[in-house]
Amino acid sequence: MSTSATDKSAQRVDISPPRIMGSLSHWLIVGICLLAVIVFFSTASEDWFTIVNYTLIAAIAALALNVLSGYTGQVSLGLAFFMAIGAYTAALLGGSPPTSPLDPQGWGLSVFIWLPAAGIVAALVGALIGPTALRLKGFYLGIVTLALVFIGQYLFKNLASITGGSQGRTFPAPVFGDYSFTQQNDLLGITLTSGQQYFLLLLPVLALVSLFVGNVMRSRAGRAFRAVRDHEVGAALLGVNLFEAKLGAFILSSFLAGIAGALFASYTRYVTPTYWDLTLSIQFVAAIIVGGIASIWGSILGAAFVFGLPLVIDHFALLPPAGNGTGGLTSGDLNALIYGALIIVFLLFEPGGVIGLIHRLQALPNKFSLSKGEGGTSPEIINLSPDSVSQLELEDVAPAQRENE
Amino acid sequence: MAYFLQLVFAGVVQGCIYALIGLGFSIIFKASEVINFAQGELLLVGAYVVSSGMFEWHLPFLLAVVLGIIVTVVIGLLFERLVLRRMIGRPVFSILMITIGLDIVLRTAVSVRWASKPIPAASPFDINSGINSGGIHFGTNDLWTIAVTIIVCAALFYFFRYTKYGLAMRATALDQEAALAVGINIRTIYALAWSIAAGIATISGVFLAIDSSAITPTFGSAALLAFPAIILGGLDSVSGAVVGGLLIGMTQILTAGYESHVTNILGAGFHEITPYLIMILVLLIRPYGLFGTAKVERI
Repeated sequence: MSTSATDKSAQRVDISPPRIMGSLSHWLIVGICLLAVIVFFSTASEDWFTIVNYTLIAAIAALALNVLSGYTGQVSLGLAFFMAIGAYTAALLGGSPPTSPLDPQGWGLSVFIWLPAAGIVAALVGALIGPTALRLKGFYLGIVTLALVFIGQYLFKNLASITGGSQGRTFPAPVFGDYSFTQQNDLLGITLTSGQQYFLLLLPVLALVSLFVGNVMRSRAGRAFRAVRDHEVGAALLGVNLFEAKLGAFILSSFLAGIAGALFASYTRYVTPTYWDLTLSIQFVAAIIVGGIASIWGSILGAAFVFGLPLVIDHFALLPPAGNGTGGLTSGDLNALIYGALIIVFLLFEPGGVIGLIHRLQALPNKFSLSKGEGGTSPEIINLSPDSVSQLELEDVAPAQRENE
Repeated sequence: MAYFLQLVFAGVVQGCIYALIGLGFSIIFKASEVINFAQGELLLVGAYVVSSGMFEWHLPFLLAVVLGIIVTVVIGLLFERLVLRRMIGRPVFSILMITIGLDIVLRTAVSVRWASKPIPAASPFDINSGINSGGIHFGTNDLWTIAVTIIVCAALFYFFRYTKYGLAMRATALDQEAALAVGINIRTIYALAWSIAAGIATISGVFLAIDSSAITPTFGSAALLAFPAIILGGLDSVSGAVVGGLLIGMTQILTAGYESHVTNILGAGFHEITPYLIMILVLLIRPYGLFGTAKVERI
């Protein structure tokens, strides 16, 4: 049964039309989104730009994690480490030169250099660590990537000439000629605030990243990723090089995480090494599970939920102020409680996350007409197929028997 | 020399705490092949309940510990019954993530209930009491930590070796289907494994708290250092957790004691990552650990 389902999805991937063409409804959605962006851009307050900008950056990082965990099925808790690598690369290349001997280094290069370099250096580090880390599977990979976060914390605290040590350091803002994103600028006669300028940079970056990830996943490499996730042995039998596929996903994920880290640090302007801790990694795990595993819109929705929502709650002051030292519920706490519980609920009942839920609702009308057999496109990826269960048991039992003989 | 021996003693104490924490991980893993990422937060909840029991509700220490054990066991049982049982047969990724979900909920619940400022650890011992011998100070609480670890290990050894349920648990760990076939109730076994692990979590939480003399909500992350211990010992080996814990604890304390001589090379806080470095080495050379069963996977 499950094999027929995977056959069908494989076929569907193969026959999907080239991305550029799209359907009418597709362009309609794009149009509505554009309109929404324009309305938002012209009416929103600076607070809202802060909320949306953080969400956009978080969405890039969530996509990075989704490439590795969602599409390729490799557990990773090390996203924060690669984000930090990107951020510190950006700081070193783009930061202002030190004015006193105690200041961290900065070479003052342009954004066109430090932003891509942030991704490339993170990808290189990923390529360096990947071959060793990816020898391990499942829990073990999770624990090794967890160790990476702690080792990173130690390094960042001690490499004070780059990271500023425990005190942290400032990060460069994008500068285009005379326009620095830190202040208001006039562009074509319109006065743009700092938040608006970042928005104009971040939205295209996120769009590019989404398109890129989406297209990679429709390519030969993307199909290999998913084959590795669904059934390693099967993928190997089909001619997928397991190591190459995993390493490819690892490097791509590190690259995107580096970009996201650089953008985040640049937008926040000042970050201490403690920011890149395990909690950050876990928040992104929460984001992709709640939003949708192996889904681009899922990553974006998840990022909005985990990173945007607490800012929205704070913006409207929906919660009573926390008492001093007596505990009390902060927006971050409330949000963490909700997304922690949602991880459990979604994994139990809808492994596709919010996007899976939406697909399931969309598929409802189609259930009544048999002609549209392909309606339910819910990405029920992590539902295990029965044959991989039997494979696990084989692996567990076989060696023991051999030893007994 | 006295300094070195003092460090070794401290390392043994630290190692006992890691061993206790690691036991919780490996009992659950042994029975059900699940790594419980929320183990650290069970420990946190246990430590907080015991502390509150003693200072807020003025219970005697032992009663507070019993209360803490009851609370964590109930949480563990509920999670096993309501969540994990429905996840049987699902991929490792999902199961790992669902325990992270529990981890987030517990940690946040603790920081909402008890705020983020440190609270004192519940301890029946006078911090200054102890025995001085040969220039080494053996603190009462340290000696108790070692004693309790030995007692817990002995109890577990007896349980696994001589009791009906212990035998059933080992059978389940060895081969689920065969265990089912001879009439072992696997659900009871899973529930039992979770209760034991949750109970041990509270005990280890109490001693970790006494050792660091205060509790904060970030306390649970100290439990993550038990990962290197159990990986070193072998994930599915109970005695491995103890040996791994001792080795890791010892290395960490010795590094902490001597790293100040080489600050210009290593920088500060090197001892915080030595366990992880050891773990990565172990994973690369001998992924099943010192005492774990080697799994042959052939493609």
